[in-house]
Amino acid sequence: MSSTIEKVWATLEHLTDPEIPVVTLRELGILREVRETDAGIEVVITPTYSGCPAMGQIEDDVRASLDQAGIAARVITQLAPVWTTDWMSDEAKEKLRVYGIAPPHRTCGSGGDVSVVHFVRRVQAEPVACPRCGSIHTTVTSQYGSTACKALYKCLDCQEPFDYFKPY
Amino acid sequence: MSKAPVEYLLHLADNAVVLGQRDAEWCGHGPILEEDLALANVSLDLIGQARLLYQLAAARMGNGATEDALAYFRDDKDFLNYTLVELPNHGALVGYAAADRDYATTIVRNFLYSALMVLVWDALQKSPDSDLAAIAAKSLKEARYHLHHAADWLVKFGDGTEESHARAQAALDHLFRYTEEFWTPSAVEDAAIASGAAVDVRTLRAAWDAIIADTLAEATLKRPEVRGYIPEGKHGRHSEHLSYLLGEMQGLARAHPGATW
Repeated sequence: MSSTIEKVWATLEHLTDPEIPVVTLRELGILREVRETDAGIEVVITPTYSGCPAMGQIEDDVRASLDQAGIAARVITQLAPVWTTDWMSDEAKEKLRVYGIAPPHRTCGSGGDVSVVHFVRRVQAEPVACPRCGSIHTTVTSQYGSTACKALYKCLDCQEPFDYFKPY
Repeated sequence: MSKAPVEYLLHLADNAVVLGQRDAEWCGHGPILEEDLALANVSLDLIGQARLLYQLAAARMGNGATEDALAYFRDDKDFLNYTLVELPNHGALVGYAAADRDYATTIVRNFLYSALMVLVWDALQKSPDSDLAAIAAKSLKEARYHLHHAADWLVKFGDGTEESHARAQAALDHLFRYTEEFWTPSAVEDAAIASGAAVDVRTLRAAWDAIIADTLAEATLKRPEVRGYIPEGKHGRHSEHLSYLLGEMQGLARAHPGATW
């Protein structure tokens, strides 16, 4: 890695998700790549959900940090390969859990590998563990929580409601 | 490399933006707080998908086209969405339908539409048009959750109380005929299929029927018989409801063209 690219990574290392301030953009897999091209430095970010309102803020945060560090770079939004929660590091998942959000299970592979027809109503194989007491005696309250990426759950043992970061 | 024609991108985008607008009408009016949030999130996904598609269409059109111009400054006749997605959130004003908002109608519509879109996006993620394929791969993940959400509620309604069952069946009876439009390709779809970049929706019909049959059986609901009427929204021939919807959606942008905040 060239020293310039290292410097860019270091500059952006502290940036966190506006909705979930305990995990960094890099840990979430939103900050995908820093590369040197003939046109200069390019920082590649990828959106999570298509309509995620945090993406505008994330792009602004990246630009502002680069400007502050005096780094001239273009910020590029790239859709493919499509973002998946599988890119989250184990460290990030642990941070989510400590923060009170149950981390996502692994998806069953990307895109076409999953049978679309039988996706519906086939109950989730893996139970979601309560991020507070660790019980797997939990139940889904709603498929959507405070944001599109999360579902609402409730722990039947400690009675706490909690968010589950859905596999995507 | 084969690219999907711009009008095909607009057909996909218009479906998403119009249904996104309809679902958003529940914002602040949801039957329960969780569903208020759920519908707002589904709506955000749909509007996000529409934005990606409008951005791609605008880039290919050139001549200063923008996503905003495509969403806010085209008239109803230019919209290529299915009639199904523009209908109000209530059924014909007879029987069990409530005049204001009927959640069964919203759930049934989202179910019928997302059951189609999981199949469409699944096919399009393999499109040789790599820009469209990238949007499809994202949208597929979202559409799966939309389908999951709608099917869950349809089963709760159908296999619920006498009242919820009757209202779900009434919504299904009202909306099902509009799905006939899915299976008759328009000139825009024909051109897109010929380009090699699109999917021929007719090839997805058996899989769609299977999803419908599976869920309706669990919901103890009856698939309505439909024949005869085929809506033509995707040809640009719409119900009056689209004009009112666009009036609300486009009013601000047209009153203050070029405004930013």
